[in-house]
Amino acid sequence: MVKISFEKLNSLFEKISEKYDLFVPTKKNDGQSYFEKWEQGKTVSDDLNTVRSAKDFFFPQHEDIVSFKLDGKNIEITDERREVRPFVMFGVRACDVRSFSILDKVFLSEPVDTFYKAKREKGIVISLACQKPSETCFCTTFGIDPTEPEGDIRAWKGNDCYYLEGVTEKGNALLSELSLEECDRTEVDAQIENTKKILDRLPLGKLDTDSFGGDKLKELFDSEKWASLSESCLGCGTCTFVCPTCQCYDIKDFETGHGVKRYRCWDSCMYSDFTKMAHGNPRLTQLERFRQRFMHKLVYFPANNSGEFGCVGCGRCLNKCPISMNIVKVMKTLKGEN
Amino acid sequence: MIEEVLIPKLGVVTDIRIDTPDVKTFRVVAPDGKKVFEHIPGQCAMLSIPGVGEAMFSITSSPTNTEFMEFSIKKCGCLTDWLHHMEVGQQVTIRGPYGNGFPVDTVFKGKNLLFIAGGIGLAPLRSVINYVRHYRDSYGTIDIVYGSRSMDDLVDYKEIINEWCVEEGVNVHLTIDREQEGWDGHVGFVPNYVKELGFDTNKTVIICGPPIMIKFTLAGLSELGFDKTQVFTTMELKMKCGVGKCGRCNIGSKYVCKDGPVFRCDELDELPNEY
Repeated sequence: MVKISFEKLNSLFEKISEKYDLFVPTKKNDGQSYFEKWEQGKTVSDDLNTVRSAKDFFFPQHEDIVSFKLDGKNIEITDERREVRPFVMFGVRACDVRSFSILDKVFLSEPVDTFYKAKREKGIVISLACQKPSETCFCTTFGIDPTEPEGDIRAWKGNDCYYLEGVTEKGNALLSELSLEECDRTEVDAQIENTKKILDRLPLGKLDTDSFGGDKLKELFDSEKWASLSESCLGCGTCTFVCPTCQCYDIKDFETGHGVKRYRCWDSCMYSDFTKMAHGNPRLTQLERFRQRFMHKLVYFPANNSGEFGCVGCGRCLNKCPISMNIVKVMKTLKGEN
Repeated sequence: MIEEVLIPKLGVVTDIRIDTPDVKTFRVVAPDGKKVFEHIPGQCAMLSIPGVGEAMFSITSSPTNTEFMEFSIKKCGCLTDWLHHMEVGQQVTIRGPYGNGFPVDTVFKGKNLLFIAGGIGLAPLRSVINYVRHYRDSYGTIDIVYGSRSMDDLVDYKEIINEWCVEEGVNVHLTIDREQEGWDGHVGFVPNYVKELGFDTNKTVIICGPPIMIKFTLAGLSELGFDKTQVFTTMELKMKCGVGKCGRCNIGSKYVCKDGPVFRCDELDELPNEY
């Protein structure tokens, strides 16, 4: 384990920035935190969640796939993939780090999504342990340990320094470039112990997941409770946009004036045209669309991925849904607790 | 750089055949004149006109055709409308093949086959029919029940009459919804016709058509004693990526683009009724 004092943090970031694009969570004027490219004067926010999850780094809201030039009956195709500059993300929370391995299962399974893979290979994740998990946090429900997050390097914020520990080869390589001061784990261990006490008392920390999973398809799909659960859903899609594991996308063409750009962008199963075809729509009302989102996370994804749920308990949907509907309420209601 | 599935290849339309008032069949090859890629019967491809749209279509030609691929496409939306207005020589973009296809070399081998199609639903089955006709000795009897609204709506009527109907061991049963001048064949809906024909259950059934036709035909087949494990169908839902990642063509935990589009009917029963 190594450490870096708060006073020296800027010089460390400067050093990292020489070789990498460095992104850190910073507070904006709206009082909320966002990942932004680090530059002198930017400080690391202590907020638990950034407004938008860290999935943006590997699966941006939109990206160009290919472009076309049209000339009479002829089409010219140009690959729009670009070299990705190596980058470092500092301060990614345990929930968001776990979301990467969930997204990996989608994008790195055959046939590999080369856009995603290129970014994944060039990105180094420095995670940051949580000290004050909030009441909307429930990552522990899904077996995530926020006191010892995954990542290439994991970090803890101490009283006057950050502690860093290499986890992967990529992480250790970066740490060795930075030649930081060796230290012991005393403060880190004390912090972990303290955080664990808070985690034990979290209201949503130990949700029962036994009623969900790939083998519960029919009974959950046919539940009468979807009607009341989805009744007030506005279909705004906010939950899917802030969700670190939502990865549905659309492919669209854009006429640039001198050709056509084909890009992909985030889409949402909450939208009515998501499944709309010329001959009809299999998900006609918000009930079907709402059900799809939660069935995907709690049943379909586990069915295809050895039981792993498609939720990391970050709590963003709990904070952002305009009608205060969220996966926790859905789980509790389907189980008969609400 | 390694290949990216979302980046399409070029295709050239070398022939356009008018099949019905709203169905045309497009012949597509690569710019070098060869086939763009190989496929198995029942697989699909993404065709696109940049700036207009990209959509999934079943490959209607058989893989035994070594020269080109064909797509029978019904005019029913933005992209298909554009395709119907294009001329020979037009380039399109194409990627694929996608999906599992029919088990022509395993389950179907040696079996008596009963094809049931309605309207444009013949498009994905034509690939299988012409494949099994090519390897005739590997399969038992072939029955084809095909129905459409009118005589003019039978897709590629010429091939049906000139090739299928005259082939030994291939029994073609055509029907149209309403009486029509010049038609002396059967009149009536496909599900009833299947029941009237009263097939022996020693057959594997391959069915495609409008959902309502499939629903009633399945009921009819069940009355005749067919088991759902004997019946295969091919599905269609909205698709964007074609490889199970964009998230929209799922029925329960199965993606139609990747785990389908071909399903055995008892497998469909295990999935939620959302298609």
